[in-house]
Amino acid sequence: MADFGYSLTPSSRIDLNKADRETFGKLVKLEPDVLKCMACGSCTASCTAGVYTRTSIRSAILYLQNGREKEALEFIKGCMLCGKCTIVCPRAINTRQLVLSICKIYNLK
Amino acid sequence: MKERILSGYDNFVLPFMIGMVFLCIYLLIGLIRILKHIPGPDRKKLALSFINPRIIYKDCRDILCDCLLHVKIFKRKALLGYMHASIAFGWFMIIVIGHIEVALYTPQRNGLIYYPVFFRYFTMENNHTLRGAFFFFLMDFFLLVILSGIALAMYKRVRSIALGMRRTTKPSLADRIGLYCLWAIFPLRLLAESFTAGISGGSFLTKPMNFLFANFLSNDYHILPTWWAYSTVLGTFLLVMPFTRYMHIPTEAFLILLRNAGLKVTRPRKGFAEAEIYACSSCGICLDACPMNMQKKNLKYSSVYFIRFLRRHNTRKINEIADKCLMCGKCVALCPVGVESCAIKRAQRSTVTDGLYYDYSYLKTLSPVPANPADVSETMTDKPVLYYAGCMTHLTPGISKAMKEIFRAAEIPYRFLDENGGICCGRPLMLAGKEKAARELVRKNTELIRAAGCDTLVLSCPICFKVFREEYDLQGITILHHTQYIENLIRKGKLKLNATSRSYVYHDPCELGRGAKVYEEPRRILERMGRLVKAEKEKEESICCGGSLGSLTLNYEDRIKITRGSLKALTYNHPDNIITACPLCLKTFAAQSPVKVMDIAQAVTENLEAIREPAASGTEKTQFGN
Ligand code: SF4
Ligand code: SF4
Ligand code: SF4
Ligand code: SF4
Repeated sequence: MADFGYSLTPSSRIDLNKADRETFGKLVKLEPDVLKCMACGSCTASCTAGVYTRTSIRSAILYLQNGREKEALEFIKGCMLCGKCTIVCPRAINTRQLVLSICKIYNLK
Repeated sequence: MKERILSGYDNFVLPFMIGMVFLCIYLLIGLIRILKHIPGPDRKKLALSFINPRIIYKDCRDILCDCLLHVKIFKRKALLGYMHASIAFGWFMIIVIGHIEVALYTPQRNGLIYYPVFFRYFTMENNHTLRGAFFFFLMDFFLLVILSGIALAMYKRVRSIALGMRRTTKPSLADRIGLYCLWAIFPLRLLAESFTAGISGGSFLTKPMNFLFANFLSNDYHILPTWWAYSTVLGTFLLVMPFTRYMHIPTEAFLILLRNAGLKVTRPRKGFAEAEIYACSSCGICLDACPMNMQKKNLKYSSVYFIRFLRRHNTRKINEIADKCLMCGKCVALCPVGVESCAIKRAQRSTVTDGLYYDYSYLKTLSPVPANPADVSETMTDKPVLYYAGCMTHLTPGISKAMKEIFRAAEIPYRFLDENGGICCGRPLMLAGKEKAARELVRKNTELIRAAGCDTLVLSCPICFKVFREEYDLQGITILHHTQYIENLIRKGKLKLNATSRSYVYHDPCELGRGAKVYEEPRRILERMGRLVKAEKEKEESICCGGSLGSLTLNYEDRIKITRGSLKALTYNHPDNIITACPLCLKTFAAQSPVKVMDIAQAVTENLEAIREPAASGTEKTQFGN
């Protein structure tokens, strides 16, 4: 193919029929506040680990909602539980505990 | 004094003996269980402590002061202290004197467990009674002391506030049985001894009662039934004791031995922790202490119930409470037994979270700060200090800005370790139970700090301060919180402050006050700048700001209530400013406070005497204006 100096972005279409909604349901049951996230990104902007890694609660929540656990994990594995994101979250989501709960429920190893 | 019952035995001692034997077996098994679960090195420490005269002295002193005299409760609430001490010390003295009596008057019965308990039944007075009168007097005296304590205890059940307690624990069924037995033991003893006093002699209490009864009751008929009743109640008490809070009586003394030997909580339910769990007397002092209890609905999360569920192995409840606690440490500081419930909660969290996934491989790529001090000029002669702001201070940049200005004003060269981002100190992870992950951060931070090559480390966040002091191996480096550091500078004359007429109240952050015992330095600084007024609750009793990282699950609404309660206590004397020394407290308070909240470093920069040309940063408004 000719090189135009740019390429098409890969499709970001999500097949929610294939996504694992059940596990997400479990998470919502444990942390109902996860649904309150408005993706403002304050958590990501303040994140201590975010200076060096892709750590981002906002993205993790979005990816989980879209049934993409593997990618979501990438966004929380560097979290140091410093708690800054919880303090700045305008929706008063306990993001720090959310990180632990995600790890618990998705049983990620 | 001579024996009245020649066989030295009567059937009524049986209930007491059954209870006593059962209890002894139970305690022995418990002792073996605890020792079995204590890690090897700790067991060795314990054994060594028994041959160390200094520790032995400490053991004896603590047991006397804590278990018998309850000095700690006395200091806080005299009447409550008297209630506990009268029962514990009085009972102890009655046991001791009972044994002395047996040893002196009926030495042939030495070693019979029940004999000193029922001494008056088995003996009668003879011509030499006066020799025993002294002991009779003591016995009656201590019986009276105990009875007064029991009367107070009964009164406390009805109106606890009279003894300085707003809230008391709800007793479980077993506790209730134990409680009623305990209440009944000593009045029954009084009755039994009074009925017998005509034969065995008595003193100011039992003798008059004996005369009184003789006027309308036939004393002789009542002797045996009352002794039976006394023995039965005492036996029942001993029998139910292992299942009630009264297990604290033997366990507390054992816990003191373990603690003085230097043992620590390693597992949430076994070994040392088990001794702590059984040493809790359910006194309920932690109920009034806990900031969560600003709302009645949160009473169930108090340490006393945490311990109770641990005893019952109710894992769901144990986890729920362990995750809720703010780890402010107030209940531990005020607990008369010194039950380290926070350490147990941490160990409990660890069982859930320590194995959870994380990946800190990026730490390897982190490089140390540049070698040049950030701010040096030729006039500066001091060695550079290392400043570490910590995560939270980056949310309240007013503090690190103020610190920079202070360094400049005092002409101290400094290196800012995490000016452009650093990693967390690891304490939040530890508080959440993720010990393994925390160790990785500790290792990396140690490396970064060592590489910076300063011999003083100044911290703005008490959370970092505590962990750097306790968990890091930074030998040769002086670790100071900025309150201590600024106070040092003032004392050395490097900083000069203007005295103003403002009034300040100081909030003791949990981790700096109870956590690291830094109470005086910040107050000394404030006294130099203005008038220091008192808060309603201070120092050891200071109330958490509500923002604590210690709690995992406490929600926003509950936290706000705590913040408001804490602010109410702080503004008790209407100060112009609330001063704190923790970025997290500052952030939490600033959002709710009716008066201006500042960090102590910010307050200091406001009052710096102009010893150099005013710099731009000096007049800048800090982020937390009003
Ligand atoms: S708790 Fe984790 S995600 Fe939140 S700011 Fe700290 S490091 Fe980032
Ligand atoms: S700060 Fe709160 S609301 Fe905003 S993206 Fe993060 S979690 Fe969502
Ligand atoms: S933990 Fe301490 S303060 Fe609380 S009930 Fe037990 S002994 Fe009393
Ligand atoms: S540490 Fe503080 S929040 Fe936790 S139970 Fe004790 S007093 Fe309550």
